[in-house]
Amino acid sequence: MRKITINPVTRIEGHAKITLQLDEVGEVATARFHVNEFRGFEKFCEGRLFTEMPNITPRICGICPVSHAVASAKAGEMIMKVTPPVAGELVRRLIHLGQHISSHALSFFHLSCPDLLLGWGGDPARRNIVGLAAAHPDVARRGIRLRQFGQEISERITGKKIHAIGIVAGGMLQPLTEEAREALRAWVPEARETVRLGLELLARHCAEHADEVRDFDRFETLYLGTVGPEGEHELYDGRLRFVDARGGMLADQLDPARYLDWIAEQPVEWSYLKYPYYRPLGPERGVYRVGPLARLNVASRMKTPLAQAEFERFRALAEGGPVHGSFRYHQARLIETLGCVEEIELLLDDPRITSDETQAQARRNQAEGVGCSESPRGTLFHHYVTDAGGLLTGVNLLIATGQNNPAMNRSILDVARRHVRGNDISEEALNRVEGAIRCYDPCLSCSTHAVGSMPLVIELRNARGDLTGCWARGTGG
Amino acid sequence: MRKKLATVWLGGCSGCHMSFLDLDERLLEIAQWADVVKSPVVDQKEFPEVDVVLVEGAVVNAEHEEEIVLMRRRSRVLVAFGDCAVTANVPSMRNAWPKEVVLRRSYLEVPGTVEGRVPTEEVAALIDRVRPLHELVKVDFFLPGCPPSADLIYYVLTELLHDRVPVLDEARLKFG
Ligand code: SF4
Repeated sequence: MRKITINPVTRIEGHAKITLQLDEVGEVATARFHVNEFRGFEKFCEGRLFTEMPNITPRICGICPVSHAVASAKAGEMIMKVTPPVAGELVRRLIHLGQHISSHALSFFHLSCPDLLLGWGGDPARRNIVGLAAAHPDVARRGIRLRQFGQEISERITGKKIHAIGIVAGGMLQPLTEEAREALRAWVPEARETVRLGLELLARHCAEHADEVRDFDRFETLYLGTVGPEGEHELYDGRLRFVDARGGMLADQLDPARYLDWIAEQPVEWSYLKYPYYRPLGPERGVYRVGPLARLNVASRMKTPLAQAEFERFRALAEGGPVHGSFRYHQARLIETLGCVEEIELLLDDPRITSDETQAQARRNQAEGVGCSESPRGTLFHHYVTDAGGLLTGVNLLIATGQNNPAMNRSILDVARRHVRGNDISEEALNRVEGAIRCYDPCLSCSTHAVGSMPLVIELRNARGDLTGCWARGTGG
Repeated sequence: MRKKLATVWLGGCSGCHMSFLDLDERLLEIAQWADVVKSPVVDQKEFPEVDVVLVEGAVVNAEHEEEIVLMRRRSRVLVAFGDCAVTANVPSMRNAWPKEVVLRRSYLEVPGTVEGRVPTEEVAALIDRVRPLHELVKVDFFLPGCPPSADLIYYVLTELLHDRVPVLDEARLKFG
């Protein structure tokens, strides 16, 4: 077997890498997704005041800082045994939905549309948002503005787009002003149209590339997501639901504070990302997924009419059961985005949302608190234990992308088996393997409470484990 | 002359990069002056020779140490992009403990962990102390903020890409 030398530059490139191990006949035997970085929030938050956490934990991730702030504030509220006033909840919900929109828009328009509209085998130098702007200026511009709409919500309320100070245990520091309400309200129709454009683009892509979409891995897993009291789709607050691969209810209306009864995590030697699983079924059979696909698979319905119509089309793909194909994450993401825009419109029309009463005050009333929210990539848990003075003695963070880790590994194995044979990987095959990862829109910042852009290195090893090939490049993260 | 621009992500939260994306439509303006040749949002194999590199994040592990040296060698202007790059910020909170203690907490001690072990294969080894960029290489400009606002990024890039020196005076310097 020919040995391909590793370029020293690309060697030091990887924040994440994929290794493919071939068997004697050159077929892919194992595929592993390695996450390379680690920061250690669980230890270094020790000794801080629990009330500081909504400002520290957003620094886990600049893509979904609001979800961390919300989970953190909720954990604090459990420690204080307090609920925020109505306006505090509504404004928080509004910022949280805004973040879902900006994160989903980034994933779809900035990072995935280059593949969908310029082609998997397209010139890598053009396969990005700038290349997209050259080839499809209207799509790029509208995608950029959709992301901007989401970011603008935080800006208009707190004066800052990323890592805003404002979400606190007890509610919100700032109210929503009438002026901000008007400005955001005026943006809603455009945002709705852009999501519809995204759905159309995706539908066209799926129709023109039906084989490819079907060809994307479609192995079966369990799903976890948050639902409202009637099983409706929910992003901000609710109870947990697990369904099995046939759509059967495994557990419903679970209290997120008891997440440890349902979820266990197993570290592995070869990645900073652990392997979580549904505890009652064990690590093999308990592989589950979270995020947009999972949330649409567990939900009984959407809360708003346009999203509901899309949801029905989506679920019809699997005759009402769970939709397993990872490629469908894209569709699920857009359906959620549509639901977010509709819900934002309803929130902005709610007369209670501009009340000045946004924060409840209390002090520490019990030692322990768990906060849970749906981040763009899936269910997120913050678990704090405090001493009598409110200083943290224990912190556990269970992050969305971590929970998708076992499934991501399965996905790349599936795709690699179909596209990689022997020692030769075409640019296209390489991009498809990465594309399998990109469906999950993994956030390596979050998942390792670490860092990580998504430059991937793919290494190929023969049956003896010798390195026989290495490909590297950055992918959108 | 069109410039070559790179943006790199070391030990940070990606928030500085998100603030770069908050340039929104001004991104396309930047793209008229420079090719973004290396960035988490574009596909590119290796770190090329560039005019300007924005480096987000602190130096956290052995791979970052190599990367920052290489980037310095290949970049005309290196900008410490955001508080993590400038001061080591939040990632350096772990410096209060030996790294082994920090790793043990996440992989052996947190509740819910089954068969705990610290990852050692195929992952970058942590360095003992998280460090800001200027402890390892010469930094040409410090761009503080957590993250720096899109307006500040726009100003600095506009100046640098037109061969002017950005003035980071008191009005513009803001941490946090
Ligand atoms: S400076 Fe702030 S926004 Fe930038 S990477 Fe560090 S924590 Fe994230």
